[in-house]
Amino acid sequence: MEIVRTPGQLEKLRRSLSKERDPNQPCVTVCGGTGCRAYGSERVLEAFQVEKKAQTNRVNLRMTGCHGFCERGPLVVIQPRGIFYPGVKVEDVPQIISKTVEKGDIIDSLLYVDPTTGQKITYESEVPFYKKQGRLLLDMNGQIDPTSITDYIALGGYGSLSKVLSQMTPEEVIDEVARAKLRGRGGAGFPTGLKWRLTREAPGETKYLVCNADEGDPGAYMDRSIMEGNPHRVLEGMIIGGYAIGADKSFVYIRKEYPLAVKHLGIAIAQARGYGLLGKDILGSGFDFDVEIRLGAGAFVCGEETALMASIEGRTGEPRPRPPYPSQEGLWGKPTNINNVKSWANVPLIIEKGADWYVQMGTEGSKGTAIFSVVGKINNTGLVEVPMGATLCQIIFDIGGGIPKGKEFKAVQIGGPSGGCISKEYLDTPIDYESLTELGAMMGSGGMVICDEDTCMVDLARYFMTFVQEESCGKCVPCRVGTKAMLETLTRITKGEGQGSDIDYLLELAEAVKSSSLCGLGQTAPNPILSTLRYFREEYEAHIYDKSCPAKVCRDLITYEVLADLCTGCVVCARNCPTGAITGERCAPHIINQALCVRCGLCKGLCNFDAISVS
Amino acid sequence: MADFSAKEVDDILNGQRDGTESSLILILGEIQERYHYLPRDALILVSQWLGIPLSQVYSIATFYNAFSLKRQGRHIIHVCTGTACHVRGATQVLDRFQRRLEIESGETTPDWEFTLETVNCLGACALGPITVVDGQYFGQMAASRVDKLLKEFGMERERA
Repeated sequence: MEIVRTPGQLEKLRRSLSKERDPNQPCVTVCGGTGCRAYGSERVLEAFQVEKKAQTNRVNLRMTGCHGFCERGPLVVIQPRGIFYPGVKVEDVPQIISKTVEKGDIIDSLLYVDPTTGQKITYESEVPFYKKQGRLLLDMNGQIDPTSITDYIALGGYGSLSKVLSQMTPEEVIDEVARAKLRGRGGAGFPTGLKWRLTREAPGETKYLVCNADEGDPGAYMDRSIMEGNPHRVLEGMIIGGYAIGADKSFVYIRKEYPLAVKHLGIAIAQARGYGLLGKDILGSGFDFDVEIRLGAGAFVCGEETALMASIEGRTGEPRPRPPYPSQEGLWGKPTNINNVKSWANVPLIIEKGADWYVQMGTEGSKGTAIFSVVGKINNTGLVEVPMGATLCQIIFDIGGGIPKGKEFKAVQIGGPSGGCISKEYLDTPIDYESLTELGAMMGSGGMVICDEDTCMVDLARYFMTFVQEESCGKCVPCRVGTKAMLETLTRITKGEGQGSDIDYLLELAEAVKSSSLCGLGQTAPNPILSTLRYFREEYEAHIYDKSCPAKVCRDLITYEVLADLCTGCVVCARNCPTGAITGERCAPHIINQALCVRCGLCKGLCNFDAISVS
Repeated sequence: MADFSAKEVDDILNGQRDGTESSLILILGEIQERYHYLPRDALILVSQWLGIPLSQVYSIATFYNAFSLKRQGRHIIHVCTGTACHVRGATQVLDRFQRRLEIESGETTPDWEFTLETVNCLGACALGPITVVDGQYFGQMAASRVDKLLKEFGMERERA
């Protein structure tokens, strides 16, 4: 590995690397995101390696980052044609090599079948899940090996950094980002260019830069996917940011729960140092910059910027009041610029293609794309990147493929514990920062959890309240005590012990916690309650007045029964019932002893004859 | 399960790039990694080495979820209770683990075989509900698959 000392040398390297990447040479890409790995994609890759040897094939093999269509993993795409095989098993590998790679034949049985039309689809780009997206940040994930800096450079990587260092002043960089109207992708949507300018203009020699990769919202994993699949783009954005702001030291604060992302980021930093793209005198510009990884230790509140800085300094992650903002007084009292992973990853694209190009995408107030992790009761679980302004309907139905098992869509929860639920009346709303806030949700980190008719909204609100109550750091009273009181009330309601005054009490508490908590965690903690009350008040009322759970979820309000005419007496339920509540003769209908039943639902999940009913 | 050794902790401490307070979380992370919990004797060494009160070390050790003050079992089970897993029935999975192991989440079986923990989100939502045992992922979990999984990891006791 040789140090690249000038922009010219980088360009020369890029040209020779891209020449090596023969576009016509077959290349099998196997998705190596956390999701596909959990499905066994590493074993699939090994099988390809073995088979390549056995068949003495000259095919290239590449394990890439997350392709996004996590529902159908392990995903295999054969380039250059982009032939798409989802759900590949080890035993499929020999014929993929001998037929598709060698002869170019399509293997019909491995193709993706569109569940709505029943049609088989050959090419990745034709799959509705991908076809209807606008993939800007995730685009490169399927093309590069994230542990190889040369893959990234071959596709033009670090070109923006080179441009910035050789042709632009720091002020010009800030102007470009400001003109692109990039807004913070961490969820709050603060203008990135303005933030950079404030930090640059803050007095002081030493300045720091931070990448907030503490993606703690349950159900959101796009930051993880970018760091796993394209860590160099994040680094490139950070180096450009460091140059613009005048910082030479930076931190990536990343969740310990994302081991693969931590690993890939570490490799990327070492490689960038090896090529001289991090360190002293980058590309001969005289600009020094370095990055250090700091692991989060499992505290949700550390996603909040002042808590995050406390954690980097080695203290408990407790937030402090703002102002002073980090751009004035941040890490160790110095001006500090904090941006989210996606914000940083957007920067090289804006520099490469220009602000004029960037502003063409999106709505009036929100430019560029938004990435959502569409999860929960949805056919195509995965990462979806769409231009700002796409509608919920497009995301959930056109791309997400709708709700499984013919169930009814009920609500979508956006923005995690700080966000809210949106009901089906608003499916056609174009999504951007403003419209989501108006609807009582928020962009947040971009987690989109789809709920169907079997999801109880009171239970969901209680779930989020349990979460924030546990994660509340305890520093300020409204959050510490308020979340506890709200959780207790919700728990009573789900147990059938709700009172008529509970809804008003919840609303009053929510308002108090929202307006008087110290940091974003507390200020947004009541959102799940407020939004479910706004759209699903009747469900709360059913729990309180009728002592019933319409979605049949809340255990204290439901009973399980055996439908005698469907029960075949196969004894599976009786054998597995944890409390021995089910009894009966073989081949004769069984009975559930309600006194013993703990309503765990195990029997319903096991029954092959739909003979267990819930009421 | 590795036993506490003062020398190992010393090695971890001497391997630090800087000996200031700001490396406290990193140090505890490495000790946790080594022993799967933070032995009290190790925390005393850390406080002496950094020259900070033991209470400050404990405030960090108890604030962050990644640290445990209790010895962990041979197998560590993480049940994901992220939102996607929750709406897909993670509660029932967790419940079954609790009943089967006769412990609550956050506890370890008396024979030191299993520790049961919950985790907020692993970001593998397509596979939900998901359970991770000793770093190995098990997707599309259901309460009915719990017994088999425990058996795979050596649980032989009769059902509770």
